[in-house]
Amino acid sequence: MATLMTERKRSALTRGRLPRYTPYAIAVAAIIISAALLSLVGFNVFGWAVLSAVLFAAGNVTSAAIVEGRRKATDKFATSLVVGAFLVALLPLVSVIWTVLVNGVPGLMAPGFLTTSMNGVTGAVDNAAVKDGTPVLGGVYHALVGSVLITLWATIISVPVGLLTAIYLVEYSAGNRFSKVITFLVDVMTGIPSIVAGLFAAAFFAMILGPGTKTGFVAAVALSVLMIPVVVRSSEEMLKIVPNELREAAYALGVRKWRTIVKVVIPTAISGIASGVTLAIARVIGETAPLLVTAGFATSINMNVFAGWMSSLPTFIYTQIMTPTSPSNADPSTQRAWAAALLLIILVMLLNLGARLVARVFAPKTGR
Amino acid sequence: MSKRIDVSDLNVYYGDFLAVEDVNINLEAKSVTAFIGPSGCGKSTFLRTLNRMHEVIPGARVEGKVLLDGDNLYADGVDPVTVRSQIGMVFQRPNPFPTMSIRDNVLAGVKLNSRRMPKSDADDLVEKSLRGANLWNEVKDRLEKPGSGLSGGQQQRLCIARAIAVSPDVILMDEPCSALDPISTLAIEDLINELKDEYTVVIVTHNMQQAARVSDKTAFFNIAGTGKPGKLIEFADTTTIFNNPGEKSTEDYVSGRFG
Amino acid sequence: MSTTKLIPKAGAGQAASGRTGDKVFSGAALTAGALIVAVLFAVALFLIVQALPTFSAAAADITGGKGFFSYIFPIVVGTLIAATIALLIATPIGVAVALFISHYAPRSLARGLGYVVDLLAAIPSVVYGAWGASFLASNLKVPYQWLAENLGWIPIFGGPASGTGKTILTAGIVLAVMVLPIIASLTREIFLQAPMLHQEAALALGATRWEMIRMAVLPFARGGIISAVMLGLGRALGETMAVALVLSSGPLIASLIRSGNQTIAAEIALDFPEAFGLRMHELIAAGLVLFLITLAVNMVARWIINRHKEFSGAN
Repeated sequence: MATLMTERKRSALTRGRLPRYTPYAIAVAAIIISAALLSLVGFNVFGWAVLSAVLFAAGNVTSAAIVEGRRKATDKFATSLVVGAFLVALLPLVSVIWTVLVNGVPGLMAPGFLTTSMNGVTGAVDNAAVKDGTPVLGGVYHALVGSVLITLWATIISVPVGLLTAIYLVEYSAGNRFSKVITFLVDVMTGIPSIVAGLFAAAFFAMILGPGTKTGFVAAVALSVLMIPVVVRSSEEMLKIVPNELREAAYALGVRKWRTIVKVVIPTAISGIASGVTLAIARVIGETAPLLVTAGFATSINMNVFAGWMSSLPTFIYTQIMTPTSPSNADPSTQRAWAAALLLIILVMLLNLGARLVARVFAPKTGR
Repeated sequence: MSKRIDVSDLNVYYGDFLAVEDVNINLEAKSVTAFIGPSGCGKSTFLRTLNRMHEVIPGARVEGKVLLDGDNLYADGVDPVTVRSQIGMVFQRPNPFPTMSIRDNVLAGVKLNSRRMPKSDADDLVEKSLRGANLWNEVKDRLEKPGSGLSGGQQQRLCIARAIAVSPDVILMDEPCSALDPISTLAIEDLINELKDEYTVVIVTHNMQQAARVSDKTAFFNIAGTGKPGKLIEFADTTTIFNNPGEKSTEDYVSGRFG
Repeated sequence: MSTTKLIPKAGAGQAASGRTGDKVFSGAALTAGALIVAVLFAVALFLIVQALPTFSAAAADITGGKGFFSYIFPIVVGTLIAATIALLIATPIGVAVALFISHYAPRSLARGLGYVVDLLAAIPSVVYGAWGASFLASNLKVPYQWLAENLGWIPIFGGPASGTGKTILTAGIVLAVMVLPIIASLTREIFLQAPMLHQEAALALGATRWEMIRMAVLPFARGGIISAVMLGLGRALGETMAVALVLSSGPLIASLIRSGNQTIAAEIALDFPEAFGLRMHELIAAGLVLFLITLAVNMVARWIINRHKEFSGAN
């Protein structure tokens, strides 16, 4: 006899489960209790948030342990840990960006910051700025010029070498032993500490041009050592995903291998290659350590990468913090350092965004 | 415009492994020849040796002679690039260049070799090739659109247009319809029938009805077992192969008893 | 019949010039590859040549006056301490962040969060250093005081605590913030590659999300996590600016919350610009030591990745 089953009022499937509103209830309770606890010892918002989160997690796990059993409780405990760790990881990012914004905006807004160098800005000028309230003079123009020129030269060196190496690895080597050696060494190069790359360039030019040779070009060579492996890696990945069918189609039309590579393979992969190069630039433009030992410190504008010391944004930040222009009144230097840091972050973020944009603009169009 | 191909004593190796053994075959000019046979019997490999495309596969090499109107493709000093510009190829899956428009895809063979060509000549070549591939009416209004926006069958005809734009003598087709739906397949088969007025066409196919429909002559390849080389078993008029084959294994294959 | 039709006439037509193009192009590609090999050998060679005077110098002439080993030992240990602190903090958090993005966050959020992690990695180290020196160090003064008063009997928390907060522990925390995105993004990739079938099988058996992760994700990712941590270690060992700006350096001491200790990279960055003569060679020798340490760490990481690859089933 067939009977129709009506829906049970209290489903067997939800037996032994906490009602759906439980987490909200626990959250409200956690917020109230932690506020009460903190008001006893002295209230602050940060402590309130942390304590509430901890109490919320504990309440969730405990209630699950009582009603739903050990397995569910373990699951909730793990979830709390993972989410908590993520929130903890966000703290420094928020803090870094907040600190840089708060400290950097006034300096960046100061007139002439982007258009003047530190030439002629002495400790006396800074002292006057603090004591008499005259505007903080001096800017990053020379450092900006230096950063752009050094990075540009590093790119000019790295991109052809990196791209051609990637082409060799993907198109010509056919996995021979030499290509394995190169791949291995590129891996090794990826791990070179940036300061060691700087030392290499310094030692290299010290040997061929005499000790103490510090120019923008030496710095560019140091940055290239860091940049080449990144370019090789990203270009290699991009060339690998170009379908073989396209190469075969070109060969079957009687097209030479090098023309196939230049006119079919690279255009197909160009979006990925270009965004990889942009990311590599974003990485090296913020490098400080190699520049400290290769480019020297300059306070005035130097447009020639082959002669004379050159400043750059990262070393500008570093020197303004470590050796303020006026040792007795560091505030103007600190202000300039933060403004330069903000400018540097903006540059890096723009490059990152640019990489995404480049990838989208150059991507092969599918029509439809 | 059309040339014949004569193959004598051809062996194909992958490294030390003999993949195709001792092929002798004569392909007439202005005819359609179909290669049929079970999977792995070496018919595609053999097809690639006809324009030296097997050299793209690492370790593949060839012994023997392939004569294009008497010129040996494998003679010393012959550049594979020259060979391929005279013997075109269409692949299993349509592969238009994704970075190029429909027009540029047709002109790819010319442009990639950076041969200069006045715009009017280029326009004429595009129209002639696309008409030759029965695609002109479908795409004439959107020549500047990307080729990858076309349907699969249209893409494959675009690839054929691209192949005939470099005016080859021979067109090789490696299972050109296996990735297409029946209607697109029909369009390609009609096209093959027209192509043989001007070109020597060689087509590899798994579909025996297709071989029967489009080809004048048919070659049956077979393999004795895994690890053994593929061999040309029988080569004759298509009607003979399908109605009155000389070999027992051919008859078994075309009547669907194996493979 | 002759074969002349297929052989281009010498010097005429573009077939011949194209052939030259092929040779030039493949030659250029090969040269670029060889250049990389040459550069790396040059790096090693120049560092060794420039470091050599240090080893032949009299022990009394070396900084500290007791020979190269007693000069380099404290800063090697300092480097290791800072990197260890960084990894102890960054590894659990980094793995958890990766797990959050790959398995906990809603789909629509996950992409954006991955981008945020990449942004963290993109912030230049000098900015982290400035942040550590000005913001973090001053905020850690009070906790350090507390540690020194209450846990001072443990050597690593021995007082009196630094009055500026510029200690090796602060430097380690800044390093942790810097390597965290590296560990997180590498392990996230691994977690995303964990075979979906196994995960669904685990869920179908009635596993909770955490049990599924323990059964089907973590075992698969173990090798990947280890190698990500090793790569993070390589970065932490070689990182210069965070330490140079944050740490007020000094001789090797056990306490992590007093000023003192130094790392190789920071030592070079601080002293190289004004160094000359033997001091310069000494710093290059220190750089060579750092190079060798990071090289060893990276090799081990690669070795683990490669060994893992064969068993992962991801291929």
